[in-house]
Amino acid sequence: MNLSLKAPSAGTIAAVKAVVFVLCLLPALELALGWQANTLGANPIETITRASGEWALRLLLITLAVTPLRRFSGLHWLLRLRRMLGLFAFAYAFGHFTIYLWLDQFFDWNAIALDILDRPFITVGFAAFVLLIPLAATSNSFAIRRLGGRRWQALHRSVYAIAIFAVLHFWWLVKADIGRPLLYASILAVLLGLRGWWRELERRRQLSVPPPAKHLEKKVIRLVPRQ
Amino acid sequence: MLIHKPADVLPSEITPRSLFERRRDFLARSGAGLVAGAALWHGLPGAARASTRLQSVPSALSTTEPLTERDAVTTYNNFYEFGTDKADPARNAHKMAVRPWTVNVEGLVGKPRRFDIDELLRLAPLEERIYRLRCVEAWSMVVPWVGFPLAALLKEVEPLGSAKYVEFVTHYDPKIMIRDVIDWPYTEGLRLDEAMHPLTLLAVGVYGEVLPNQNGAPLRLVVPWKYGFKSAKSIVTIRLTEKEPATAWNKFAPQEYGFYSNVNPQVRHPRWTQATERRIGELRKRPTQMFNGYADQVASLYQGMDLKKFY
Repeated sequence: MNLSLKAPSAGTIAAVKAVVFVLCLLPALELALGWQANTLGANPIETITRASGEWALRLLLITLAVTPLRRFSGLHWLLRLRRMLGLFAFAYAFGHFTIYLWLDQFFDWNAIALDILDRPFITVGFAAFVLLIPLAATSNSFAIRRLGGRRWQALHRSVYAIAIFAVLHFWWLVKADIGRPLLYASILAVLLGLRGWWRELERRRQLSVPPPAKHLEKKVIRLVPRQ
Repeated sequence: MLIHKPADVLPSEITPRSLFERRRDFLARSGAGLVAGAALWHGLPGAARASTRLQSVPSALSTTEPLTERDAVTTYNNFYEFGTDKADPARNAHKMAVRPWTVNVEGLVGKPRRFDIDELLRLAPLEERIYRLRCVEAWSMVVPWVGFPLAALLKEVEPLGSAKYVEFVTHYDPKIMIRDVIDWPYTEGLRLDEAMHPLTLLAVGVYGEVLPNQNGAPLRLVVPWKYGFKSAKSIVTIRLTEKEPATAWNKFAPQEYGFYSNVNPQVRHPRWTQATERRIGELRKRPTQMFNGYADQVASLYQGMDLKKFY
């Protein structure tokens, strides 16, 4: 069997996808079994709320790590896992939000509205979730064709803001021990920092490349970086 | 004539139905447990082997609401010195030695004194007080404490007329506790009239036994009409002062935690709604009561005060 890491066969990629799919389901399965067996501690609703939210954030960061990993390793096929990872991040966020609406608040719409308006950590968490919806809805090939690659990409750049909101949501929730939120914030800072750095490199490269056209020689040209 | 004889069984001694229904299962498991337990028993020093049961009398100040399960009371704790996860204190608090233990009562008192914990256990008749406990994080429990009124201790030391407040300083040992979460030692405070109130309890036990370390052994405060964090654990110093003492959470986030911190569904908090609470063990939330349901007894302490300002 030819196990080329750089260019795996279609079958290998399908197998990797299947493994990642099952791995992404495991935390949900563990919570469901714990709920059934009543082993989630004295406050199981709090446990599943926390766990689903934290997994949504982890999966979001993993999704954002795909591009850097791909660039550093040269394993370009990793890109083919990104959609699934992003959709799992959404699935956990959806579960997190549903648990909040249903088990935590029992559809007490007044209390929910007050929470969203009045409590900053819920305001940003809610914003992050709402902004994820169009991304999940357009995570299919049909939507990419329909929107066109450029517009699709512009829309999906909102994931950077969503990730910042998600980390803030966690940070503003904790009372005093900011250890975990700080860890996620640092990871996100690296992931976003890399993109900023690459963008800067690209800008410099464009500036340093002499314009090819002969008729422009000795004329002043202003280069505007592409937005 | 109706003769109503009070039950001679403490409410906390009544076996919960769920346990009763699992009794055979318990017997089967305890067979193996006994063998292991016997082995452990012989390895323990004398003091630790002493009975952990406490004799107490029921109190008229107890609520008749169903108790929160013992397991939840002893494994779902906020005791940040031993970790910020609710399950951390039950895992880590065993590192704290609760004997020997002394409590220094000092400040504006006629007879300042250092009390040994065993003296305190005999200071006043121990009562079982079943209180509601409301945490600022919007969960609540019903806990059968064993203890005696703080007033009984304060009377021993004869507070001076100039004493207006009582400060509580709790145990801090950086060798066994974590650092740098909030400013430690954890301190709390009450106004003297709050401290003298008959509901204010110094607890030495819970569920008829001495306090587990994670619940604040060997001596903790219980102020049932205030958010849980006011009820300082593992107290080492009680100081009577003229000025309002600084309190740990108030120093950390003054806009969130006031000196009074009375349970008040009308005062908003930036993180948690205080209008409702989840009783541990229940699925649906319930409305939070003013002063945690103790308004009849304590509202008069705050007459004329703007409780939105003095939150």
